[in-house]
Amino acid sequence: MGKECIQVNNISKSFSGRKVVDGLSFNVEKGEVFALLGHNGAGKSTTIDLILGLKTPDTGNATILGMDAGRNRKKVFERVGVQLQNTQYQNLITVEEACVEYASLYKEPADYEELLEIFGLTGLKKNYVSKLSGGEKQKLSVVLALIGNPEIVFLDELTTGLDVAARREVWRTLKHLREKGMTIFLTTHYMEEAEALCDRACLIKSGKKVIEGTVSEIVKESGKSNLEEAYLYFMGEEDLL
Amino acid sequence: MKRFFDMYKVEQRIYFRSPDVILFGLAMPLVVLILITMINGNKAAADSGLTFLQSAFVSLTTVGICCTAFMSIPITIVEMRNQGILRRMYCSPCSPARILTCDILSCSIIAITSTIILTVAAVIMEYRMSGSIPMFILVWLLTMISMFSIGLLVASLCRTTKSMNIATSVLYFPMLLFSGATIPAEVFPRGVRAIIKWMPLGIGIDTLKKVSIGKPEGVLVPVIVLAVIAVICTAVSVKTFRWE
Repeated sequence: MGKECIQVNNISKSFSGRKVVDGLSFNVEKGEVFALLGHNGAGKSTTIDLILGLKTPDTGNATILGMDAGRNRKKVFERVGVQLQNTQYQNLITVEEACVEYASLYKEPADYEELLEIFGLTGLKKNYVSKLSGGEKQKLSVVLALIGNPEIVFLDELTTGLDVAARREVWRTLKHLREKGMTIFLTTHYMEEAEALCDRACLIKSGKKVIEGTVSEIVKESGKSNLEEAYLYFMGEEDLL
Repeated sequence: MKRFFDMYKVEQRIYFRSPDVILFGLAMPLVVLILITMINGNKAAADSGLTFLQSAFVSLTTVGICCTAFMSIPITIVEMRNQGILRRMYCSPCSPARILTCDILSCSIIAITSTIILTVAAVIMEYRMSGSIPMFILVWLLTMISMFSIGLLVASLCRTTKSMNIATSVLYFPMLLFSGATIPAEVFPRGVRAIIKWMPLGIGIDTLKKVSIGKPEGVLVPVIVLAVIAVICTAVSVKTFRWE
């Protein structure tokens, strides 16, 4: 058993009477790649918000590195990188300036030139972020998530909108980060992505946990041949198979 | 400190790229000063004891403050909040004070640049200040801090771009038009002038005028008022700062 990096204990959250997250618990261990999977509106992003302290759970609690992110925001985010869905940038800011600005927030930032190189953005340094393509913006948001040299990184649908080649590039980088021992928490709609990258996954439906385990355990439990089929099985949509 | 300045430099560059800042903050006051001086620079401006050039120079040095305080500061922060940039900043070790300080420092530099350009132009047009220059600078800085704190308050209190637009319009246009920052206050009827005198920017301009002609009697009360505005508005805006 490794050290637990993220602990989620029985968290629930309702918005105007509708339960979006319902008694969810799971743990993520150090050095693990963990995926939270579910349909649109299943509560994935809300769960991330609750873990990060962007929202407060109605019941239960979540800790990162043993701390409540809402109460120890600065301490937590010195060591945790985040890529949120649809991150926007200021008008008239260039790629390099965005990197300089985010790097300035951390005590020991990574070398952004190197990160831009890894993600193939070096040639776009002087471009305005607003002029980048969807995929380029997405890659930049990953660069910024990694700029503080984090121990844990949260990636919310990071490859949505990327083309096949760009997605593979991101996978390669994530595998590299995993080898270096980084803990990765991600959400995705692509099951082959979860299969390729993740050690463990948790499937949720309407805010409730359906199953949690290693990818092979989940596939085995469903009696199907791959994670995509297993996912549909557990989501109760077998008729699509 | 180096880390702060890295962030500040980026913010400052973004500001100087904005066409609004160049047009309203830097170019407009200069154009108005030149026009007023060409039309009737040396005539006395009503019963103020100042010529139009003297009056216009002092008022126009606050246009840069007005534009940045009531437009740039609230718009930048509210848009950063609405676009989720602040939400993303929340997920970093960045403090709200740092974001606000960067914004304020950038806007100060714009207001100061605007005033330096005006001063050069005014000196070329043979304006000489009879009052104490250091005292003028101090009152000017206090006026700026006080107006900026009002801008920060708007930025913290307004939840949506719509309410922020209303608040900035209500502050910006009357202050710009009536406080004598563009149209000399002396041309308005007495009743209007009485109201203008108690608008925050009007208090600043009135005090600056007195100081500029070397008659600083009775400026203590307005100076205290400006300082109190600055302290209260800054405190409330930091307390009510929201990431989302």
